[in-house]
Amino acid sequence: MSEWWTYTLQDFLLFSPRTYYRLFELYNRDLWPAQILALGAGVAILLLLRRGGAGPERAIPTILAGGWLWVAWGFHFQRYATINWAATYFAAAFAAEALLLIWTGVVRGRLAFGAAGSAIGRSGLGFVLFALVVQPLIGPLAGRDWVQAETFGVAPDPTVLATLGILLLATNRVHWGLLSIPVAWCVVTGATLWAMGSPDAPVMPLAALLCLILAVRKTRLPRGKGTS
Amino acid sequence: MNQLPHPRAGRRNLLRVLAAAGTTALLWPATGSGQRSPILTRPIPSTGEAMPVVGLGSWITFNVGNDRVARDACADVMRGFFAAGGRMIDSSPMYGSSQEVIGYGLNRLGHPSRLFSAEKVWISSGARGRDQIEKSRRYWSVPRFDLVQVHNLLAWQEHLPTLAAMKAAGEVRYVGITTSEGRRHRDIEAIMGSQRIDFVQISYNVLDREVEDRILPLARDRGIGVIVNRPFREGALIRAIARHPLPPWAAEIECANWAQFILKFIVSHPAVTCVIPATTSVAHVQENMGAAYGRLPDEAMRRRMAAHVEKL
Repeated sequence: MSEWWTYTLQDFLLFSPRTYYRLFELYNRDLWPAQILALGAGVAILLLLRRGGAGPERAIPTILAGGWLWVAWGFHFQRYATINWAATYFAAAFAAEALLLIWTGVVRGRLAFGAAGSAIGRSGLGFVLFALVVQPLIGPLAGRDWVQAETFGVAPDPTVLATLGILLLATNRVHWGLLSIPVAWCVVTGATLWAMGSPDAPVMPLAALLCLILAVRKTRLPRGKGTS
Repeated sequence: MNQLPHPRAGRRNLLRVLAAAGTTALLWPATGSGQRSPILTRPIPSTGEAMPVVGLGSWITFNVGNDRVARDACADVMRGFFAAGGRMIDSSPMYGSSQEVIGYGLNRLGHPSRLFSAEKVWISSGARGRDQIEKSRRYWSVPRFDLVQVHNLLAWQEHLPTLAAMKAAGEVRYVGITTSEGRRHRDIEAIMGSQRIDFVQISYNVLDREVEDRILPLARDRGIGVIVNRPFREGALIRAIARHPLPPWAAEIECANWAQFILKFIVSHPAVTCVIPATTSVAHVQENMGAAYGRLPDEAMRRRMAAHVEKL
C-alpha cells in the first residue's frame, strides 16, 4: 500500500454502523432462541469449573471450540462476509482457533482447571462472567436495540472474551498459541468499532491488554500456582 | 439536456465556459408551474456523449449485504436518482455487496436504459482482471459496462492494456483510473500524460482543492473526463457546516441546501464531468440531484463559496 500514512481507520470501514448492527439484528432473529442454548453452554462452563476434577479438562475446550466453529461459519462466513470481504479470513481464523482448542484441550488434554483462588484465576472468572452477563447488555446500554445484543457462542466478541478468561483459568501454563487469535480479534473488533464511533470500542482491546498482562504475570509464577 | 461545453485547453476558456453554462441554464429556467429546467450535462471529452453532472456513488451506502429492507431502500434511492435524470452509478469490487445491491436495484427498476454503469477492477493480479470484471458484470446484470476504471491504480500497468483491448473489442465503452483522498497524484498525472484513458476519478470539494493546480488542468488539456468522489468527505463536511445557515447569496445559484452548495461548487469547474455523491436516503438523492439543475456559479462566485466555507 503506497502512501500508507495517509490512511485512517475509517478508510478501511466498508459499511455503515447501521448496516453492521442490522447484521446482528437479522442474525439474532434468524437464530432465536439458539442464544439461550448458547448461554446455557456458557453456564455449563461455569458449573464445570466449579465441579473441578478431570471432566472439565476436555468438556470446557469442547464447548469453547463449538462456539468458535459456529461463529466462524454462522456469523463470519454466512453473514459478516456479505458486507466485509475480510470476514472470510476471520472465519478461517476462528475455525483455526476451534481446531487449536480441540487439539490442545481435547486430544492432548493439556488444559487443566482448578479453583479460581488467585488474583489471576479470579480475573479469568471475571472475564467469563463479563462475557456471559455484561457483554449482551453493552449494546442496549449504548443505545442500540435489544435484538442487536451480542451473546456468548453466537457473536464473536463474547465468545472471544470467555475464551481469554478460560485460558487465564487454566492452571498448568500460559497457552500463547491459543491466546494469539483471540487477542488479534480484540484488536480487529476494537478498530472496527472505533472507526464506527461506537462508545464500546475500547472494551475488547482493553480486555486483551489486561489478559496479556495477567498472562505474563502467570508465566512468572511456579507452574500450577497460576489460578489456585 | 442542457449540455455544457467542455474546453480542452487553457484557463482562458474558463470564464467563457462558465458564462456559457450560466447562459444555457438561463435558457431553461424553472417555470412558475414547477416544471424543471433540463438537467445540466457535460460532454465526455473523448466522445461528446452527454453526462448529467451529478451521478451516484455506492461506497459504504450500498454495502448492505442480504438485508432485504436495506436493499429495497437502496433500490428506492436508485429510483429517485433515475427519476431526477441521473445516469452514472459507480461501484467497485472493493465495496462489499454494493455491486449485488446495484444489480438488485436495477432488476427492480427494470434496467433503466439511461444507466451509465461505472465499475472498477481491483485485483493485484493483472491476469485475473477480466474474470473480476466479468463477475462484476454478472452482479449488475448488464450486457457490458460503460466504464471500467483501475481502482486506486492497483496493478494499473497490467490492467490498462487489458481494458484497452476490451474497449477495442467493444466489451467496454470507456476506461479510466481512480484515486481518492489526494493519494498518488504524481502517479495519476504520469498516467494521464502517457496513457490513453477516457476518465480519471479523484476527490475534490470546496475545501480539498489540490487537484485544481495540476490534475484538473491536465484533464482539460488531455481531453480526459473527470469524475469526482467523496464530495462531502463521507458526510463529515456536511455535518461540519450544517449548523450554519446557508448564505443568502446561495440563492443566486439556485442552491436550496448545503449539499447543493457543495456539489455546485464541484461541477462548476469546467474540467469536471460528473460528481458521484453516495447516500442511503431518497430525500438526500433528490437534494443532490437538485445540484444538476439551474444556475452554476461563475469563477467569482466559486471564490466566494470557497472563502465562505473556509471561514465556517
